[in-house]
Amino acid sequence: MTVDPRNLRPSASFTPQHIAEIHRAADEGIYEIRGFGAKRRMPTFDDLVLLGASVSRYPLEGYRETCGTNVVIGGRFAKKPIELKIPITIAGMSFGALGVNAKEAIGKACTAMGTSSTTGDGGMCEEERQASKLLVYQVLPSRYGLNPDDLRRADAIEVVIGQGAKPGGGGMLLGQKISPRIAKMRALPEGIDQRSASRHPDWTGPDDLTIKIEELREITDWEKPIYVKVGATRTYYDTQLAVKAGADAIVVDGMQGGTGATQDVFIENVGIPTLPALRLAVQALQELDMHRKVQLIISGGIRTGADVAKALAMGADAVSIGTSALIALGCNKPVHVEDYEALGTAPGYCHHCHTGRCPVGVTTQDPKLQERLTADHGARLLRNYLSVMTLELQTMARACGKNHVLNLEPEDLVALTVEAAAMAGVPLAGTNWIPGRGTY
Amino acid sequence: MIDVDIAGTKVRALNQRLHALPKDTNERAWRVLNPMGAHSIAAGLTQPIEVRVEGHVGYYCAGMNKEATVLVDGHCGWGFGENIMSGLVRVTGNASQAVGASGHGGMVVVDGDAGARCAIGLKGADVMVGGSVGHFSAFMAQAGNLVVLGDAGDNLGDSLYEARLYVRGSVASLGADCVEKKMTPHHLAKLERLLAKAGMNADPKSFRRYGSARKLYNFHADHADAY
Repeated sequence: MTVDPRNLRPSASFTPQHIAEIHRAADEGIYEIRGFGAKRRMPTFDDLVLLGASVSRYPLEGYRETCGTNVVIGGRFAKKPIELKIPITIAGMSFGALGVNAKEAIGKACTAMGTSSTTGDGGMCEEERQASKLLVYQVLPSRYGLNPDDLRRADAIEVVIGQGAKPGGGGMLLGQKISPRIAKMRALPEGIDQRSASRHPDWTGPDDLTIKIEELREITDWEKPIYVKVGATRTYYDTQLAVKAGADAIVVDGMQGGTGATQDVFIENVGIPTLPALRLAVQALQELDMHRKVQLIISGGIRTGADVAKALAMGADAVSIGTSALIALGCNKPVHVEDYEALGTAPGYCHHCHTGRCPVGVTTQDPKLQERLTADHGARLLRNYLSVMTLELQTMARACGKNHVLNLEPEDLVALTVEAAAMAGVPLAGTNWIPGRGTY
Repeated sequence: MIDVDIAGTKVRALNQRLHALPKDTNERAWRVLNPMGAHSIAAGLTQPIEVRVEGHVGYYCAGMNKEATVLVDGHCGWGFGENIMSGLVRVTGNASQAVGASGHGGMVVVDGDAGARCAIGLKGADVMVGGSVGHFSAFMAQAGNLVVLGDAGDNLGDSLYEARLYVRGSVASLGADCVEKKMTPHHLAKLERLLAKAGMNADPKSFRRYGSARKLYNFHADHADAY
């Protein structure tokens, strides 16, 4: 007997996906933990377009005229600010979440491109320090592996308050990824499900943060730029408070930002998208007259040079990429398909970083799987990708008549949707209407 | 003995001088006068020198200490000896919150009382408190020892890993996954050595030992009510 499809009326509230999740929760008794970032639809840079030159704007010659891409980070207080040749940095991803070959590959690619990589929760991996000419050292709530020698060996310091995938939540590294080396670096027993703290152990609130930043400056003799990284939530206030606390640079991570392992409910339901977060951070800096004085690095769902161009036009000084860098290294590539299937997934859909069984050897501590990604090959892939992004960025900037990518401005943007116009603070295409401004 | 009067200079100038000392320096004895609650005094030292601070200090005194001995004759603010790697830091009075936070090695001694979250996130250092400690002390402590000659506040050792806690007085309450454990001859001997090193006069047999039940090391559906 066949079922008449006309009788199959799906529920808008209890979708097949929700029903399956309730069944899974009932079977397993624990929330889903996964990697990757938010998968829900939300306004993104795709909802903005750049206004190329026309009668009223004069373009640069696409393949001939120079379009600068360098940016200096940390000139507010640090004796030794860092200069990036491209405004695309690599976000903090822990040695633990990533294998050593992936960390080394990232370091080598960054060095080749003249940009920085960032350590992550778990301390400084020696291979990454050796490979990366510009390495940002994260000071996280967990303080895993934190030591003054590495603090001084770093080129910049990033005080991590939160990340876009889980603002307000601590990190996780499930037991299957706690190898002997990882356990030793973190001073933890092997094989446990490691839960990082969500609060710093020795300060609370912006006044304390001011003193903490001063201590870090004292320990490093005021040489290193100090960033403050926040997950995007109350971004306007967080940005202003971080400036007040003495940060040289602010890193704002939107909710599309990835994670190695977090509760799915957290990833999909906490925080705000990158688009409004960026606009709020720029507004906060401008009101303090600190825009371009305290650098703003935006992250969360950046994939292309066009995304970078739009972010810079909105007022960012640089972007940071994590998930897309891993994809360049091979994440979700249609190879070793049988290993994706063993995880119950397929290339293009995989978010199983937390399992430590990464089919392409990026987010794993398994020596056999890591052989699938050599540091040199990975570096080549990521370098290619960063080059393409930079070329795309320059192409966009030249088309808008800019001889430096930091000359892109909000006037170069319009939005395709009302939501994106409101969130980004740029006019809806074909109008001069910015929802939320004026008398509307 | 080299005297530095903080009232007449800045912490920056003091720390710069201390950081610039060569490994084989013979300028090994320093005295800091009039600290007046300044923050980050003697933070980030790396040489086997002795710094004696005469007066009260603010936050993060002797933070991330390596090899040095820092003695504070007074009271101190938050994060005394935070993230200590080695050496000895000591305060004769009371300490505020987060004493020895995330310390990896060496010893932190508080002769008076310590505030909340003493030895939070400890990673191998030894924290010795002559008086009592506040709530959530040794929260998420991973390795090392916390020794309390007085009482402990609520939620001692919450979410504890492998750190060992010894308390002579009362414990208001234990945190998630923290349990009292048997004091073996091995632990008594260890405690005796710690007390001797800290110059504290107490009978190891008068202490009770606490540690992790290790029930929350891995996620499990039936542990939800433990938090």
